[in-house]
Amino acid sequence: MSNRLAYDEATARLEGTRTDSSIEVRPVYTSEDLPGGAAALDGRLGLPGEAPFTRGPYRSMYRGQLWTMRQFAGYGSSEETNERFKFLLRQGQTALSVAFDLPTQLGYDSDHELARPEVGRVGVAIDTAPDMERLFESLPLGEVSVNFTINATAPIILAMYLVAAERQHVPYAQLSGTLQNDILKEFLSRKLFVYPPAPSMRMAADVVEYASENLPRFNPISITGYHAREAGCDAVQELGLTMADAVAYAAELVGRGLDFDAFAPRLSFHFATTLELFEEVAKLRAARRLWHSIATERFGAKDPASARLRFFSGNSGATLTAQQPYNNVVRSTIQCLGAVLGGAQSIHVMGYDEAYELPSEEAVTLALRTQQIIAFESGVARTADPLAGSFYVEWLTDELERRAREVMAAVEEAGGAVAALEAGIPQAWIAESAYRIEREICSGVRPKVGVNIYEDDSDRSDLRLFRLDPDIGARQIRHLETHRQTRDRAQVAATLDTLARDLRQGRNVMPALIEASRACATLGEMSDVLRHEFGEFKEPGLW
Amino acid sequence: MILAKPGLDGHDRGVKVIAMALRDAGVEVVYLGLRCTPAEIAAAAVEEDADVVGISVLSGAHMELAGELLGAMRAVGARAAVVVGGTVPETDAQLLKAMGVADVLPVGSGLDEVVARIEMVASEPAGMS
Repeated sequence: MSNRLAYDEATARLEGTRTDSSIEVRPVYTSEDLPGGAAALDGRLGLPGEAPFTRGPYRSMYRGQLWTMRQFAGYGSSEETNERFKFLLRQGQTALSVAFDLPTQLGYDSDHELARPEVGRVGVAIDTAPDMERLFESLPLGEVSVNFTINATAPIILAMYLVAAERQHVPYAQLSGTLQNDILKEFLSRKLFVYPPAPSMRMAADVVEYASENLPRFNPISITGYHAREAGCDAVQELGLTMADAVAYAAELVGRGLDFDAFAPRLSFHFATTLELFEEVAKLRAARRLWHSIATERFGAKDPASARLRFFSGNSGATLTAQQPYNNVVRSTIQCLGAVLGGAQSIHVMGYDEAYELPSEEAVTLALRTQQIIAFESGVARTADPLAGSFYVEWLTDELERRAREVMAAVEEAGGAVAALEAGIPQAWIAESAYRIEREICSGVRPKVGVNIYEDDSDRSDLRLFRLDPDIGARQIRHLETHRQTRDRAQVAATLDTLARDLRQGRNVMPALIEASRACATLGEMSDVLRHEFGEFKEPGLW
Repeated sequence: MILAKPGLDGHDRGVKVIAMALRDAGVEVVYLGLRCTPAEIAAAAVEEDADVVGISVLSGAHMELAGELLGAMRAVGARAAVVVGGTVPETDAQLLKAMGVADVLPVGSGLDEVVARIEMVASEPAGMS
């Protein structure tokens, strides 16, 4: 197609009047679009750091503390990932975020038959507590905040991290960071579950309960809409499903007899930020308002911190394209800006080459530089919630909240988050939405530069892609064998017996996992005990 | 045809979208789901008498998993052609085809293109190299 024709087609599509979430919008908004008009806004919104926190969790926002720049990283064995962490910190990254390989996420040792092709591929391979120690070699855990994207095996990874901290002589109370530990969204969208939903919920709640008593600076869960969005749902569904999951976790913990205010201040959230800039900012503002409403009205929060939503935002990989990959730098810039305007506490920006491979060093540096340029050159961090009072953004914030409540109501109607998942209901919503988006790209209704407009046949061979060392699996297995040989076998067996006993007696799983990790029990051995007690989950067929 | 996710990777957005598109195009599709072993996929290919087996891998383990699948299919005498989708770099796509994979549809392939190429593979004379 000629560029002239492509331009005409693209601008014709601009008249399309719906947002990414299919919300019909008008060409202009005025104060008449806001309930009570502009005069009522100050009263409804409050200030940043004040209930209902629409305008942000903290009064001074980025003047008080800039968001944490936290690039998600991990591959190979502990040594390789430790080097990448140090590289990122040298480039000015301010905290760490660990990606684990699939066997670690699913509770298989690196020498398991199912693990072998996947060792060290999409993240770092961790088999034992000594692997975790090497991961943080020369990185003081009392100072550096660490995010762990780990869910089904989250209690085991937390236990190994605590043992690594002990070996660095860092008290638990000094540890800061976040454990994703959101198993519901694994069933929903990310799909790295192991055990059935009920025992999975029990262990997630064990972690939160343990942290509320022992880890005052650590976020033991990050309730996540990001992966549902990446799997294809829209912003409204993302917000509604995340809040429905948050309600399920809070209800589980309160059901154990815990005081809501004892754990709620350490709950954290994780949302995607995609390209539909104003809708995304509206979603993030609406998320804070919705959580405040749930925390105070449904769970009777008394501590203001219990109703103050804090979140990490990852840019959407699904918006990036294999075609004309450098365009992805521009897309990521818009998405990072959206996260900042939405008031994120922590941000990850995607590498432009991730449709092909894990990001190269060059791509990950550029992703970090994107954050740094927005932080230090654009001036957007100077003032809290700068889009507040925009007739459009305020109208859209109200609209996102209203529609997300409808999604929550539909989940409730299905029996709550766990029952809905077991019936496959929200999974079907996500798949249908993903299919709609793909058809819209295919038919051209949804413009995508380089894909359905302004395409070219540019050669992409100049991309210098990341290449994983092919010997990585063999090396990791040698590490594992060494650890297996040098440990006290009787002690390992005793700690695993204690773990099985604690599980049967309904005790919190964390103390036994920490003991087993200290004894150098492997992730696979501990997971096998859990598998034996709980069984494994098989996803219901959608068709 | 059969669609499946081998290995441990959970990214199933693409494979489900393709299953829906193929179904709308009138293709009889059986999606086996996540974490299928090569032997399970090969057995299903025989049982369903499939023309095409499509696997989707986004973890980077496509070379090993495709190799294991081709071996498992030979072992049980499955006649279906194998198509691989996912994050497959061009150099690996060439290697996969040399190994006997009928077509490779990497991330970024359009929906219509995927359907057309799978239909083309299905219409070719059966029998793997």
